[in-house]
Amino acid sequence: MADHAPTETLALRVQFDTEAQQKDAATLGMWLFLVTEIMFFGGMFAVYTIYRSWYPDVFAIASSSLNQIIGALNTGVLLLSSFTMVMAVRAGQLGQRKAIVIFLILTLLFGGIFLGVKAYEWNQKFEEHHIPGQAAFHLDGVLPGDQGHAQLFFSIYFAMTGLHALHMVIGVGILLILIVQARKGRFSASYYTPVDVAGLYWHFVDIIWIFLFPLLYLIDRHLVK
Amino acid sequence: MITAAAQEREHYLNASYGLKSWLLTKDHKRIGLLYLATITLFFFIGGAFATLIRVELLTPQGDLVSSETYNKLFTMHGVMMIFFFLIPSIPAVLGNFFLPMMIGARDLAFPKLNLLSWYLLVVGGLFSLYAMLAGGVDTGWTFYTPYSTTYSNGYVVATALGIFIAGFSSILTGLNFIVTIHRMRAPGMTWFRMPLFVWAHYATSLIQVLGTPVLAVTIVLLFLERVLHLGIFDPARGGDPVLFQHLFWFYSHPAVYIMVLPSMGVVSEIISTFSRKAIFGYRIVAFSSVAIAVLGFLVWGHHLFVSGQSLYAGMVFSFLSYFVAIPSAIKVFNWTATLYKGSISFQTPMLYALGFIGLFTIGGLTGLFVAALGIDIHVTDTYFVVAHFHYIMVGGALMGYLGGMHFWWPKMTGRMYPEGWAKLSALVIFLGFNLTFFPQFILGYLGMPRRYHAYPEEFQVLNVLSTAGASVLAVGYMIPMIYFIWSLRYGKVAPANPWGATGLEWKTSSPPPVHNFEETPVVTHGAYDYASLMAEEVEVG
Amino acid sequence: MGKFQLFPVQASTLAPEVDHLLYFLLAVTVFFTVLIFGAIFYFAIKYRRRSENELPHVQHTGYTLEILWSVIPFGITMVMFTWGASIFFTASKPPNNAIQIYAVGKQWMWKLEHLEGQREINELHIPVNTPVRLTMASEDVIHSFFVPAFRTKQDVVPGRYSTTWFTATKPGKYHLFCAEYCGTNHSGMIGWVYVMEPMAYQNWLSGGAAEGSMAENGKKLFEQLACNNCHKEDNSGRGPNLVGVFGKQVQLAGGGTVTADEAYFRESILQPQAKIVSGFEPVMPTFQGLVTEEQLVQLVEYVKSLGPKPGTGPVDNGQKPAPKKSSNAGSTPANR
Repeated sequence: MADHAPTETLALRVQFDTEAQQKDAATLGMWLFLVTEIMFFGGMFAVYTIYRSWYPDVFAIASSSLNQIIGALNTGVLLLSSFTMVMAVRAGQLGQRKAIVIFLILTLLFGGIFLGVKAYEWNQKFEEHHIPGQAAFHLDGVLPGDQGHAQLFFSIYFAMTGLHALHMVIGVGILLILIVQARKGRFSASYYTPVDVAGLYWHFVDIIWIFLFPLLYLIDRHLVK
Repeated sequence: MITAAAQEREHYLNASYGLKSWLLTKDHKRIGLLYLATITLFFFIGGAFATLIRVELLTPQGDLVSSETYNKLFTMHGVMMIFFFLIPSIPAVLGNFFLPMMIGARDLAFPKLNLLSWYLLVVGGLFSLYAMLAGGVDTGWTFYTPYSTTYSNGYVVATALGIFIAGFSSILTGLNFIVTIHRMRAPGMTWFRMPLFVWAHYATSLIQVLGTPVLAVTIVLLFLERVLHLGIFDPARGGDPVLFQHLFWFYSHPAVYIMVLPSMGVVSEIISTFSRKAIFGYRIVAFSSVAIAVLGFLVWGHHLFVSGQSLYAGMVFSFLSYFVAIPSAIKVFNWTATLYKGSISFQTPMLYALGFIGLFTIGGLTGLFVAALGIDIHVTDTYFVVAHFHYIMVGGALMGYLGGMHFWWPKMTGRMYPEGWAKLSALVIFLGFNLTFFPQFILGYLGMPRRYHAYPEEFQVLNVLSTAGASVLAVGYMIPMIYFIWSLRYGKVAPANPWGATGLEWKTSSPPPVHNFEETPVVTHGAYDYASLMAEEVEVG
Repeated sequence: MGKFQLFPVQASTLAPEVDHLLYFLLAVTVFFTVLIFGAIFYFAIKYRRRSENELPHVQHTGYTLEILWSVIPFGITMVMFTWGASIFFTASKPPNNAIQIYAVGKQWMWKLEHLEGQREINELHIPVNTPVRLTMASEDVIHSFFVPAFRTKQDVVPGRYSTTWFTATKPGKYHLFCAEYCGTNHSGMIGWVYVMEPMAYQNWLSGGAAEGSMAENGKKLFEQLACNNCHKEDNSGRGPNLVGVFGKQVQLAGGGTVTADEAYFRESILQPQAKIVSGFEPVMPTFQGLVTEEQLVQLVEYVKSLGPKPGTGPVDNGQKPAPKKSSNAGSTPANR
């Protein structure tokens, strides 16, 4: 790299003119990425919307077979993790290196709890024969002719919570990397951008869940016995 | 590979050597060349499939290959050409190379992400190539359900996975371009001083970022249904096969604008340069690019006119499809008007650009045919549609790409290509192209369906004409391959600005230095200011 | 030995309409192509560079030209849209007096069935100058019924009925193609439509069908599958009386109504709980997997034969039947 290769720092890479420009670009980049994620999940939300409008009764019954208490608790766990993520970013802003690590670890823990609970819920579905595509599929309270529609609900349930969980796993991976870097002292008040943009990602995954929970767990509960 | 003159000066090609310096590069220019090699390979693979298709279609009987093989040939031709050649092509090669330079930047906003984009295309391509070598896939590039989820015996998952991965390459490139354009323009480079090539890539990037994720989720659903038998598109369980079509085309229609908008950007640069005149109606052309991107998201249902979609949905999509034609028409008129009272010279890039305008006009006008509901009932799923999209993609997008390659070759390599051979191949390509695809309009209206391995005898004459054209076209594409490579060693050394073009990239040496500019340029005038350029040249002597 | 044509024959009432729009589009295309090509050639020659340092004068024009060449093409496209849409509208609405024929597409053949019982494979005999309404089903993947000479095409989607219609105007034989890629032998899923003079068609009709009309076969199935145990014609059964139901508005349990068309009957057999008739219990078992599409159309024709004349409903192209204003229960959408 000849010409007059300027010295590169974490906060100011060679393609940027100022640190503010770099941080700005990183933030814009992450927001754009989140827009792509909205479009990605949006496709699945569209599928959900269409099939729910076609088979509202079956979807209500299928939804009521999900455990709303566990779902609500898990939602709380995820919200907590977003809180600790915010605290990690705040620690970054203040240059509190130890606090960054602690809050990232807490976020990771809560995320892990969420995933563990999700695995438990999926296992429940397996035990209850609610896995679509299986010959043994059967949803109580739904007539034989409508079992296919019930399978659709669970197809969507597994696809959406599965995709969400995958994004959480990726998020957990990112947190691990950040924790390692934070422990090595990579972040400071003048450079904590990776924590910042990872926070954006984490909040986004949280928000997706905030939509998923009512749409999947709470459909028409008041109408279903 | 570099002459003595260039050897003295250090530039991005000779600043470092060795495989690692290429495979781990962060330089957008080198990444552009990595992409060039990759997509050229994919182009010739897709072209080989096309050759086999056209040879088979010389005779009405399916006698060259079996039906299974033929179905795989047209599927893989489409997959290779669309996802692994056309979608990346101009943005990944010319966009990567020149977009930062055009706005006075040292690189894109995220150089490592740029390199990752290239690796993603390679890995995606390898998955799809593996599928092809292992036995192939026969669903058509459109993967309609339930054939693709339940009935096809081919390597659907591997191919779809390859496309999924390549989709991320596209998304990240678009993301990189948007951030770069928003945040890294040099001082004085306002939005309306940017070259139209940059506007075209901005519009393209918007589509890549917003549309490709929907393809991704569609592929995920296809995968889940095929592998885990989930049932989302299974009519026996209340699922809807046509829902797949809606999801698929929601991306794949805007995708055609990903493929053609960058080419339009190239054409704007070339027309302006070789008329020595600013593009007529610069702002209108810039806005038209964005309008095409936006409107392109509203018309996907015109691929579903006979699918069972409601009558009224059909009407809405037909209506909106006519809207999206208008900005394209405006561009054609504006390019033509640019020629008026210009100072026109006819080097090869200009020949390709003029060819683009002519062939895109025909292709676009035939779009008006298929947008008409009453006509589309008859011509949809026939060779009429095949001819329509090849006029746009090959007569349009690919010619624009070749024009751009010739235009910027001197800058990228420091060498001139041989002008005589280049003009000849442009002519051969133009003639070969028309002979290949014009008969297909007639074939389509006569009723020859697409994706047919064998066909009724009365369609043979037109098919033979088409295949004859294809052989001419194939020759036309080989010649530039040869002379471009030849020029790397034997081509005339190129000056910084062989065409007298405006644009910041022409102010650098050919090839450019590693960080593009010695100092960040300060921009004081608009994009196509030839008066200032010539005044500067007079000063410099 | 094939003769070389440039244009397909016009053999239906729709064909000339479609072709006339084509001529208009061709004229516009040729006009603008000549205009653009001509302008390019002319400008390229007239304004070719004559000296190296030539610098064209910069134009500063207003927006008049831009507006003109946006508005005028837009106007032309709106004509195209309206014209095309009106043809589409016509093509979507079979006349009331159309004769009914059924088509079942499967990999890789077309099975046609006339009401009188004639079955054909890859061939369709129809009378000239008579509207024909073709109700179609698929046994596997998506196919498409395409007759170029008629300028008609309609995708046949599994899980629903699709409809197309045409009135042939010229006796002769015309290509039938499958136009939606459906697998290995897609290009072999072809056949012929034979358009016959009315007398010849009657002769042909009476020549075959030893097995009875569709309705007769449907009746046999109705009894074999024990449908008549619940659907009795004296209103004493557990299921609704089906006499005279076809084409009528049916009251659904939980409110709302639906038009009893072919799609409704098909859905009721395969997914009985989708629309429970008001006053009846949801006890009908499903016959999904127990009847083929061909058997379904026979059953449908049998039930139709118990009621008003066919063709009283709108085209069933997989649309929802008449809008239902209903609450949650029973408001599942129809077959589509």
